[in-house]
Amino acid sequence: MSSSPAVKLIAFFGSPYAHRAEAALCLKGVPYELLLEDLLRTKSDLLLQHNPVHKKVPVLLHGDRTVCESLVIAEYVDEAFDGPPLLPTDPYDRAVARFWADFIENKLTKPFFMAHWVEGEAREGFEKEGLELLALLEAQLKGNKFFGGDRPGYLDIAASMLGPWRSVVEEVTGVTVAKEEEHPSLCQWARDYSSNEALRPCIPDRDRLLAYFTKNKEMYRAGVRAMLQQ
Amino acid sequence: MAGDGELKLLGMWASPYVTRAKLALQIKGQSYEYVEEDLGNKSELLLSSNPVHKAVPVLIHDGKPVCESSVVVQYIDEAFAGAGPSLLPADPYERAVARFWAAYLEDKLVAPWMRLFRVKTDEEMAEVMRQMIAAADALEGGLKQCSEGKGPFFGGESVGYVDVLLGGMISWVKATEVFTGAKIIDAAKMPLLAAWMERFCELDAARAVLQDVGALVETEYARAVQARFAAAAPNN
Repeated sequence: MSSSPAVKLIAFFGSPYAHRAEAALCLKGVPYELLLEDLLRTKSDLLLQHNPVHKKVPVLLHGDRTVCESLVIAEYVDEAFDGPPLLPTDPYDRAVARFWADFIENKLTKPFFMAHWVEGEAREGFEKEGLELLALLEAQLKGNKFFGGDRPGYLDIAASMLGPWRSVVEEVTGVTVAKEEEHPSLCQWARDYSSNEALRPCIPDRDRLLAYFTKNKEMYRAGVRAMLQQ
Repeated sequence: MAGDGELKLLGMWASPYVTRAKLALQIKGQSYEYVEEDLGNKSELLLSSNPVHKAVPVLIHDGKPVCESSVVVQYIDEAFAGAGPSLLPADPYERAVARFWAAYLEDKLVAPWMRLFRVKTDEEMAEVMRQMIAAADALEGGLKQCSEGKGPFFGGESVGYVDVLLGGMISWVKATEVFTGAKIIDAAKMPLLAAWMERFCELDAARAVLQDVGALVETEYARAVQARFAAAAPNN
């Protein structure tokens, strides 16, 4: 294969979605340049030009190609570059991984994180739902270190928010939903994910992530209150 | 080999998600046993095959269940890779573009459409319709990008992944236009999408599988929306 055109990733620090794209690149072994946006200020022309539909990070630039949506990027990275496979090769195993990624994205994430941020009576409902859904995901680890087996893959990337971000959100909100005794596999998974050698370049610095969430705490709470009123 | 073995599809006739699975199976030339579920009294097989969502479609291949319509369609494409046309293109970038528009249509067209059955006020109704039309407008651009002018479908000359996902919704799009009195895919504003819909409906797979629009308009969900907003919709 001829030398590959440059890979760049438009991201911003603290975004769990941008992290997924970085994680895919790191696990596949693809060198890339990180272009950091400061989304609390105005969006750069580069971002607006390359993601006119959603105007969001992450955006992967590969030569003259643009790929948006974190999980779409993860599959693109898996297919466009040589390196260890992120998705299993068997069609059934791939379907299982995609099913659970969809579950995380569309069912688990919202109630799970709302259970941390929401205050008052409404919290209980989200916690109950979050715990039930988390148990289903925990069962998918099936005694493996990672969802992908003995090394992280597509589903670990999809679940990454439940690692570094969960830990920081627990500290900032003072709420813990995923308890060690009840979710031992997931809690261990989170530690293994954060300390994985291949992922080292893209795991956010915990102190910096904590400072970021602490600084924006009121903004998140206000956002959550607004969501509840809808 | 993945291609061998018994195929069973658990479904419900009105579900657009089930229609997607049926379309994919037709296109890939796969025969299967269809089981119509009573969603008010779900079968043991459905509950044990999809314990997480307890929803249709569920494709059971050699006893192993696959759930979530977009996952089912991709599975059919990959497990029966030798049979019929590929739903996803071979090129990784074209695949990424197709997946982007698949995610877009789910998030921006289908999700608002689902809310239509729960809206309570005229304002909420108008907002849902506005969102759906805006999504269709964007999909017109998506169709142009995906087809690259090679044919009427997102897959170009032949039907692809996005075509199947959107195609599964066609009868409901038409039914929704009937019971709301509003146009979603407006030929004047979205000529490519309007042409797409006509061409899609002419396909053998579509003729075999798409639900009768009148029957959908008569369902209790459609009647409920129609009754609630009889004052809001213009007379036909």
